[in-house]
Amino acid sequence: MTTVLETRGLLKRFGGITPTNDVSIQVEKGARRALIGPNGAGKTTLINLLTGVLEPTAGSIWLDGQDITQLAPHKRVRRGVVRTFQINQLFGELTPLQSLALAVSSHLGISGGWWKPLGSDARVAPACETLLAQFHLTDVMNQPVKHLAYGKRRLLEIATALACEPRVLLLDEPVAGVPEGERQEIFDIVNAQHDMDLVFNFASSVTVLVNGAVFAEGSVESISNDPRVKAVYLGEGEAAHG
Amino acid sequence: MKAVAQALRAHARWRWWEFALLAVLLLSWLLLPGQSLLLNEIAILALFAVSLDLILGYAGIVSLGHAAFFGIGSYAAALFAKLVMPDPWVGMIVAIAVAAVLGALCSVLILRGSDLTRLMVTLGVASILYELANKLDWLTGGADGLQGVVMGPLRTPFGAFEFDLGGRTAYAYTLLVLIICVLVARRLVHSPFGTSLQALRDNRLRAASIGLSVNARLVVVYTVAAAIAGAAGGLLAQTTGFASLDVFDFHRSAEVMLVLVIGGTGYLYGGIFGAIVFKLLHDLISAWTPQYWNFWLGLFLVILVLVGREKLTRPWTWWKKS
Repeated sequence: MTTVLETRGLLKRFGGITPTNDVSIQVEKGARRALIGPNGAGKTTLINLLTGVLEPTAGSIWLDGQDITQLAPHKRVRRGVVRTFQINQLFGELTPLQSLALAVSSHLGISGGWWKPLGSDARVAPACETLLAQFHLTDVMNQPVKHLAYGKRRLLEIATALACEPRVLLLDEPVAGVPEGERQEIFDIVNAQHDMDLVFNFASSVTVLVNGAVFAEGSVESISNDPRVKAVYLGEGEAAHG
Repeated sequence: MKAVAQALRAHARWRWWEFALLAVLLLSWLLLPGQSLLLNEIAILALFAVSLDLILGYAGIVSLGHAAFFGIGSYAAALFAKLVMPDPWVGMIVAIAVAAVLGALCSVLILRGSDLTRLMVTLGVASILYELANKLDWLTGGADGLQGVVMGPLRTPFGAFEFDLGGRTAYAYTLLVLIICVLVARRLVHSPFGTSLQALRDNRLRAASIGLSVNARLVVVYTVAAAIAGAAGGLLAQTTGFASLDVFDFHRSAEVMLVLVIGGTGYLYGGIFGAIVFKLLHDLISAWTPQYWNFWLGLFLVILVLVGREKLTRPWTWWKKS
């Protein structure tokens, strides 16, 4: 299997705090890697480093064998590193259709066009249509995003990322804030289209972060049976949550 | 498949009231020949406000110094007519170009910081230019203003027209420039570029996360808005044959902001509606009570903001229970 995304000795310091401490991971093509860890383990910081929102103090990030450590966030997206956010980051005044059309246009490299209307390229509408249908957003496609229900906005959050046709998709807590009953919908959609699923149940491998460093790594079975992981993450002797 | 493509295209479709507005503008020239001077002022203010709407309403950049570009366009047009050649079309292109260059230079100042920083930085730039125009009196005439600007005739395919005292030629010229600029701006805001401006206004973080270069877009829209503001300033200088420090003054930046508050932001025509209401109010109230017109304008603004534009422009909803 070829490695798509790799970090080498990634380190981030904020003053005396080290939220990411010497993290070296490799993600293979087609892999579904779950990144888990207790609160404050540095999961979101690692995603921010990978996507370029934060600049690492040391270490490097490689995509398809090329160093992208110094690349601006929007340029990484064009190379295929796309993320979703734990807290929805959407365009409130635009409609879901406009949001997706813009993301698709951006991916096609035509988002700088300033004369022809949005969607005048024949490739945009079909791509939007597919995404809207997949994410059950067709009936609300013309409503301003700020008026959508939370569950719909959560779906749009992921749909917007997929509109960029990622090579590596980083889902930061995709079901955060989604009620138990509606979670399955999100997983069904994501799983059906992009072969990704719920941590422990469907991820093919797991990386455990503790205090910013890689604590353990391996298959789902080996991690869930690892006594050290149980002790640190699941809290041995206590009721395991999630 | 059709529904999605149509829904996307619907955003850029011409609405009936856009044609109506265009008709009203053209008819105003035909039917109100005695009011050309006032109408000319309104059209210039409208164009200035449209340029502010591009950065404020679409890209979310607040500015209290937009007069910087209006003023530089004004002085550029006046100086060009006085020192180089009096042709209005060439002068207009020069005014637009000079304002665009200034806009591009200043755009780097508004990329960083918060809204408050941007308010201060834009205010500062306009103040600097005001004092420069004041100080460089050998060129600009300083506090006396730039006198002796004589415009040449307006050359058109239908013949050359002299600028008359009644302002007929001036208003036709201003109207033409206004309509051309609004049409270009209309293409711009409905394009992917225009939509991406609204996206980065709503959420810069996400805009970058779908691969949009936020800073490059801000630079471009700030430059375009500066160019259009420069056109408005150029029109003022060319149609009045005069440029004074007043074009850089703070009250001008504040006034254009007020116009957008009245007309609304983010749909391109707010500047035009706002300018019409603002100037007519000004004209009516100051004819009635010359000293206290600010009082009534202030009262109007308070009511407008408290009641809301939506409600105020829909009288049939006033007595309906919500």
